Amino acid sequence: MDPNILFIFILAIFVGFEVISKVPSMLHTPLMSGTNAIHGIILFGGILVLADAGTRLEEALGFVAVIFGSANVFGGFMVTDRMLQMFKKKK
Amino acid sequence: MNLVALIFIGVAVLFIIGIKFLSSPKTARYGNLIAAAGMIIAFFALHKGTGESVWTQGWSFNYTLIVIAIVLGLIAGAVGAYMVKMTAMPQMVALFNGLGGGAAALVASLEFNRGAGGLEPVAASITVPMLFATVIGSLSFAGSIIAYLKLEGKFEKPHTFPGQNFLNGLILLVILGLCGWLTINAVGGNALRGFIVLFVLALFFGVAMVMPIGGADMPVVISLLNSFTGLAVAADGFAINNLAMIVAGTLVGSSGTLLTLLMCRAMNRPVTNVLFGAFGSAGGSKAASGGVAGTVKPIQADEAALLLAYAQRVVVVPGYGMAVAQAQHQVRELSDELGKRGVEVQFAIHPVAGRMPGHMNVLLAEANVPYDQLIEMEQINPSMDRVDVCLVIGANDVVNPAAREEKTSPIYGMPIIEADRCKCTIVMKRSMAAGFAGIENLLFYKDNTRMLFGDAKASLNALIAAVKAN
Repeated sequence: MDPNILFIFILAIFVGFEVISKVPSMLHTPLMSGTNAIHGIILFGGILVLADAGTRLEEALGFVAVIFGSANVFGGFMVTDRMLQMFKKKK
Repeated sequence: MNLVALIFIGVAVLFIIGIKFLSSPKTARYGNLIAAAGMIIAFFALHKGTGESVWTQGWSFNYTLIVIAIVLGLIAGAVGAYMVKMTAMPQMVALFNGLGGGAAALVASLEFNRGAGGLEPVAASITVPMLFATVIGSLSFAGSIIAYLKLEGKFEKPHTFPGQNFLNGLILLVILGLCGWLTINAVGGNALRGFIVLFVLALFFGVAMVMPIGGADMPVVISLLNSFTGLAVAADGFAINNLAMIVAGTLVGSSGTLLTLLMCRAMNRPVTNVLFGAFGSAGGSKAASGGVAGTVKPIQADEAALLLAYAQRVVVVPGYGMAVAQAQHQVRELSDELGKRGVEVQFAIHPVAGRMPGHMNVLLAEANVPYDQLIEMEQINPSMDRVDVCLVIGANDVVNPAAREEKTSPIYGMPIIEADRCKCTIVMKRSMAAGFAGIENLLFYKDNTRMLFGDAKASLNALIAAVKAN
């Protein structure tokens, strides 16, 4: 394994901890929902494996993975935006 | 340094700024959009582990499948995100998270299948992340679906049986052992069969882990599963050598873990208690141990309206009951009516009122309640004894004085809104049923508490009419 990747991995752990250290409780739900959308990047993993799928089984599993990932990423960002829209209106 | 690497540094920065902005009310919405922009850029720059772009190689049947699948997911996501009622938001987040976990497990399974079909033994540095992503991903998938169903009210009570934690521990050991074996024997038919067993066991473990957890703790569980999915995605990134997935997944994994701990802190409960405590069933005495002193005193809407209309300061404590009854607009109307009569109205927001932190803020904001009327628990508690009427709408555990007074109560130590210190408290409730934690509420039996029974929406309409008539 490339040691650089491990290095980036460790740094990302600390960044993730630091970046939300002070968050008011009313934003807990939108924050959870927003990070939920970000892990929708698994969609790309699905695309990559489906692009190279050779057998029917691989195609079927990859197809489902892309649907799941796509729903995760689009639905995640949309539902977060819908929540946060509510916060903005009241100014 | 090539262009792709530069683009992905930019994407990582966008994700970090996005999460940062999401943690402040003023910038939260931009934060979400910034993260989404990062996702779009990463999509077009998508490249394989070997370095070539996915989009410049020739079109094939598989690409048609990719487009169809993305469109199907987009439709499902959009319908889920925009059709769902505001009260059902938490379930939706759980569901999307579960899908992400499922995708992570499937991607890892495909990779494992490919490796197992080959002749070369697969390096442990690839197999270990693949197995991790499979176990955590399918656990998150199954757990999130159960969390979704629980929040939908499909399983009312936590499911527990003696030796549950022991059985779960045993399954976990088998999973770990199987992972160890598969790491060494990752090629051939036996590896594949072992892998399928692993997949099924991880799904089962996800169910077994969430089943015993009570509804009040569901937000914490969803947050935890969210960070699990992030870690599974990062592991997939290691397995297929995709830096963007590693960075994004790890960010979610670590920030999600911290968020989970912050949520637990808001409820004053250690995270182990949430996961293994089975809140509301095994958590000690259900009713107050010494028996409940006092009697329940009902009140009619007309009389309650009089109390409200001639008060100087009214504090509304909204809870899940308000969300269920979709009564936030009526609450706003009542507050406006009282405001017109010169009554000072404030809303006391408990951090974990409803089914998710921030749930009440979102609902009241939807009903156009001005932001400055929403007061957080810590700010409002010191002045509670100067409140004339405290109107509790569908809240239960978050105003239960047992958290202060009853050392044996499972919620002892949880910070509450001290509604019992007000001069008069009116509790709107459908029945005397216990709250989500399944424990008796001492507030209902206090001398200065009156119970207004009925559906929150109907009761509020009656209150509004009666206040107008006065």
